[in-house]
Formats: sequence, structure tokens, C-alpha cells
Amino acid sequence: MMNAVTHKATAPVLVLAPPSEASPSREKRIVMLRRMWLIRAFEEKAEQIFAAGKLHGTMHLCIGQEASAVGALAALEDDDYLFSTHRGHGHSIAKGTDVNTLMAEFLGKETGCCRGRGGSMHFVDLRHGHLGTNGIVAGSLPLAVGVGLSIKMQQRRQVVLVFFGDGAVNNGAFHEAMNMAALWRLPVIFVCENNQYAYSTPVRKASSVERLSGRAAAYNMPGLTVDGNDVMAVYHAVRQAAGRARQGLGPSLIEAVTYRWRGHSKNDPNRYRTTEEIERWKEKCPIKRWQARLIADGIMSEAEVEQVRAEAYQAVEAAYAYAEMSPEACSDRLEGEVYA
Amino acid sequence: MREITYAEAIREALRQEMQRDSRVFVIGEDVGVYGGSNGVTMGLIDEFGPERIVDAPISEGGIAGVITGAALSGMRPVGEIMFMDFMTQASDQIVNQAAKLRFRSGGQGSVPCVLRTPAGSGAGQGVQQSQSLENWFVHIPGLKVVMPSTPYDAKGLLVAAIRDDNPVIFVEHKLLYKTKGPVPEDLYMIPLGQAEIKRPGRDLTIIATSIMVQRSLDAAQMLAAEGIDAEVVDPRTLKPLDEACLIASASKTGRVLIVHEAPRTGGFGGEVAGVIAGSSAFYHLKAPIVRLAGRDIPIPFNKTLERRAVPQIEDIVAEARRLMWHDISEF
Repeated sequence: MMNAVTHKATAPVLVLAPPSEASPSREKRIVMLRRMWLIRAFEEKAEQIFAAGKLHGTMHLCIGQEASAVGALAALEDDDYLFSTHRGHGHSIAKGTDVNTLMAEFLGKETGCCRGRGGSMHFVDLRHGHLGTNGIVAGSLPLAVGVGLSIKMQQRRQVVLVFFGDGAVNNGAFHEAMNMAALWRLPVIFVCENNQYAYSTPVRKASSVERLSGRAAAYNMPGLTVDGNDVMAVYHAVRQAAGRARQGLGPSLIEAVTYRWRGHSKNDPNRYRTTEEIERWKEKCPIKRWQARLIADGIMSEAEVEQVRAEAYQAVEAAYAYAEMSPEACSDRLEGEVYA
Repeated sequence: MREITYAEAIREALRQEMQRDSRVFVIGEDVGVYGGSNGVTMGLIDEFGPERIVDAPISEGGIAGVITGAALSGMRPVGEIMFMDFMTQASDQIVNQAAKLRFRSGGQGSVPCVLRTPAGSGAGQGVQQSQSLENWFVHIPGLKVVMPSTPYDAKGLLVAAIRDDNPVIFVEHKLLYKTKGPVPEDLYMIPLGQAEIKRPGRDLTIIATSIMVQRSLDAAQMLAAEGIDAEVVDPRTLKPLDEACLIASASKTGRVLIVHEAPRTGGFGGEVAGVIAGSSAFYHLKAPIVRLAGRDIPIPFNKTLERRAVPQIEDIVAEARRLMWHDISEF
């Protein structure tokens, strides 16, 4: 057997992004916390639904990764575009998707954003510029290049941000997309959420480089690794990348190093990692970290933080009630929905 | 009417649609100054510039993804894949992304794009540059598949494909590019899903696609000399398929010969046979439905072997005769 490249179990995290000129307003910082809690609450509810045997299909939870979703999307404008992954609940909520329509879609209801046709792994919310989660790893990267080209051709000021995991950087679609975006200087922001494992395979067993942002050099674009559990680090990195993109300077690759607390999907016995490792990362909870920062900066009090948390769980409970009451997706004429 | 080639007809459709609609653009390998591997886009870059005639790297998945993403965000792109064999490289983007978006989003969005590509053997291109893979795409809900056989159809169908709000796979044929035919200078559209009876006849129906249409017409002429009056039907669009036209023709003649270049097993002929056998035409059939298709082999390089891999005019004549004068034990 070939010797694998030796990496440390958890890669060192480099925080390279300097604070950008446009720091988020006080209100925005609070919204960021609210969205992080909404994501956490949504994922925990999803888990409960599965445990209760009420879930049809699979789910991919992003508990522990809330900062990369919220930090990245807080740095964009509402009309900017998003492509997400199979682990996309957090991205959708961070982009502004209403939790009612997301929960209803998760349960396959007619009131879901995609009327139960997509489910959460094939979710689309065009009204919010959300062009889709994706069941194909790296599948959305070439799509993002197309949107970038389209923005450039139409001389609009938008950018498109595409999330993908550490597994995607070893797929051909990643390389084709990175090359084309850089070649044509398109307003694309590539955000790799390096949560250390592609399903069960650790980065060191799948990737020839340890620092995934290093791949950017091959395509002559800036590559940046940030602490993906630090919502402001992600925010500033994406803000910078968006600024470059809007000036016509082209794409960037941002690697947000983070960790998923739960398994890959619903039935994952975690055979490939230790409980100690998971517990160590739980201590780096991105939400607690952001709360502490908001309190330390005098933006919120302990009580206010707690209120935001409680409201998020209430909103998700209400979303669940809404989804449960909603009619099952049904149609006698599904063939009529295939073509525009 | 003036006569132009199949390649010129496609180019004219592209040019006129690009003049009409600024959202239309072309992207593919070597489509710019070189004019595309088959010369279809020759000169378009002079009129529209490199911003709208986009030379792409050799990234077929990228090209297919780019047209899908661009279509999703307001453009109406036309991609070119140099050989249909290379569609394998692009298939994730076509099959999993472009074809699914409309349905999976619950009708929120659409993907108005065209992917043009030449299929077919006969040019000595060997196993990896000669295939006819249309039926793979016919199989995918969400895609439309067009296969023009004449310059006139090529122009009208491409215009319709560009204006269609769905992803359309537009399958050209290498050997047809230089064939000439009458084509109006004005813009016109041939609706997708409309077959055409290329030659009316009473005795048997030959349903043929792409280059097999002309071969079937040539065969029909030879058969006429023997007193066999063949009707030649070109579906033109494989999906959506004009089932009514095929069923009507089969019902009229009672004998059906299906001709295509792709290998028989899993080919489009099976679908056509199924449509006819499952319809009221069944009660009019005087003989089994016969499929004359490419052999179940890769396309060989050697010229003679290559020719024998797919139906030729004489094969069509022979099958038609067998269908007319058959003994039941022959089937």
C-alpha cells in the first residue's frame, strides 16, 4: 500500500483575512446570530423528526458549521446568487429562505418551496436568489460559472457564491469550473467548507494537498483559508472576495475550516473518527463563540442572546406545525411539470 | 429557392437568432476564429465578437454547466460539443442539472438552452468520435431531443430549439454538414414535436432519423422501380415524439420498418416500435415491426468495416423487400 501523505489530524487554521472596511452593522450582527440559531434549531428538529420515524428519505445536517453559512451569506447582497450542497439547510436559511417553506419541503409537502418535488437535497428558492442545493458533489460549480458569465454578459453588479465540501475539490468539475471562472474573470466566489470528512474519508486520504485553498494558485486566483467557525472571519473573507468580483477582478477560493458534529447522513455510526475528536470540536461551537463576542462587544446582553435562541426554537416549532398541517404533495399531472 | 448546406443553415439560424435576441450566445471548443470543428460557426465571431462567440477550454462538463447556469440566470445560450461522444463528459450537467431544474424546483425556474453536437459514423473517426448517443438523452425527462435530416429542417428546428424554454439536445450529423437543400432566407420555425412525411406511400412505412432519412428516400426510389410504394417518415424531434403521425402512417400501410444509425439494442427504434405496437395501429399491421439499426458493435475504423456497421441504402431496400414479401418464419 502506498504511504498516505502525513497530515496532522486537524489541520492548522490560518486566519488570513484582514477585517474589511465594511463591518456589519449592529443590527446585522444580531441577524447573524438569529440565523445561526435558526439553523441549529432546524437541524435539531430534523434530527428529532428522523428519530421519530417521520422522515422519508435522507438528511445531511450542518450542526457545527453555522458560521460558514451565515458569515458567507451575510457578506452578500440580497440579489446575489447562491449555489449550495447536499448539506444545504444552513445555506438556505442563511440566504433568507423562510423556515416554514424549508420545513415543508423537508417533509415533502405541497407548501414546500419546491412543492415537495425536490426535498431538502434538491431545494431551490429562486425568490431569494438560491439556485439550488445539489445531490451531486461538485455538480453546482460549473453552474456557478455559467451564472457568473451571465452576470458579466448582462453587465450586472451581482456575484454568485457556490458552497462545496472538501470532497468536491478532488472532482473534475471543480477544476474545470475554477479554470473557466479565473480565465474569464467571472464574479464567482468559491467557498469550500472543509469539514474534514467527505462522507467517511478524511481530507488527508483524499487530497494531495492539505491546505485546500492552495488549489487556487493553480488557477491564478486568490486562495484564502479561514477559521470556518469564526463567523466574522468568514464574513470578511467573503466580503473581500465579493468586492474583487464586483470590480471585475474575478473569482476567489475561500476555504472555511470547520467540522460537522453529526454523521454524514442519517445513519452514520462514525466509525472513522473518535468521540474525543467530536467533543473537541463541540468546544469550538461557532454559535457560542459569536454570542460571547456580541456580549463582550456590548452589542447584546446575556438575556437578549437567550431570547434570540429561544425565538429561533419557537420559529422552528411553528415551522414544523405549519409543515405538518400542510397537505401532502400530490398531483395527477406530474408529467405536465417536467417542461416549461 | 436558394440552396445552402446543412452547416450553413445551422449557422444562419444562429446568426439570425443572435441578431434578434441579445440573450443568445454561442459557447464551445474552437467555435471562434476557427469556426468550430465542422465549420458551423465560421465567421460568427466577426459579427458578434468574442463576448458572444465564446471559445471554451476543453471542458465539456464545464460547457454544459455554463450554459445551464447562464440559462438559469437570464441568457439563452447555445453550446457546442465537438463530437457527440464527448457528451459523456458533459452528461452530469445535462442529465442531473439542466434536465432536473424545472421539476425539482416545483416550477420556479427553467433552463432555456441548446446543446448542439454532431453524431454519426462514416468519417473514419473511429470508436470514440462516431457514436450516435441520442437515445441516452431521449430517456431523460426534462430534455428535448432534436435530430434534423435536411438543411431546411436544421434551420427551422434550431430556431425553435433556441426559443424553447427547456434544455434541448440538438443532434447533427457529420456527413450531412455539406449536403445542400432549399432553405428560405427569412427566419422560420419548425415546431418541436412535429414529424414530417418526407415521401408519401401506400405499401410500407419507413421511419428514419437523421442521415437515415436520405438513405431511406434513396431506397424508396429503388423500391418504387419494383412496384413497392414506401412512405418515409422523419420524426425530426425524438422527444417530444409526434406519436400520432407515426401511428397514422403505420395504420395506413400496415408495415413498419424503423431505420436508425445507433446500435439496435436500447436504441430509439425500440421506442418507436413500442409506440406503434401499443397503439390502434397494431390492428392494421400485416407484418411484424422491423428495426434496421446500427449493429451492436463499436464503430470500426476501417472504411469497409465502418460502412458495414450501420444501415446503407441497399440494407434498407433488402429489409423493405423482406417486409413486403416475407414468409412468417423469417421473423
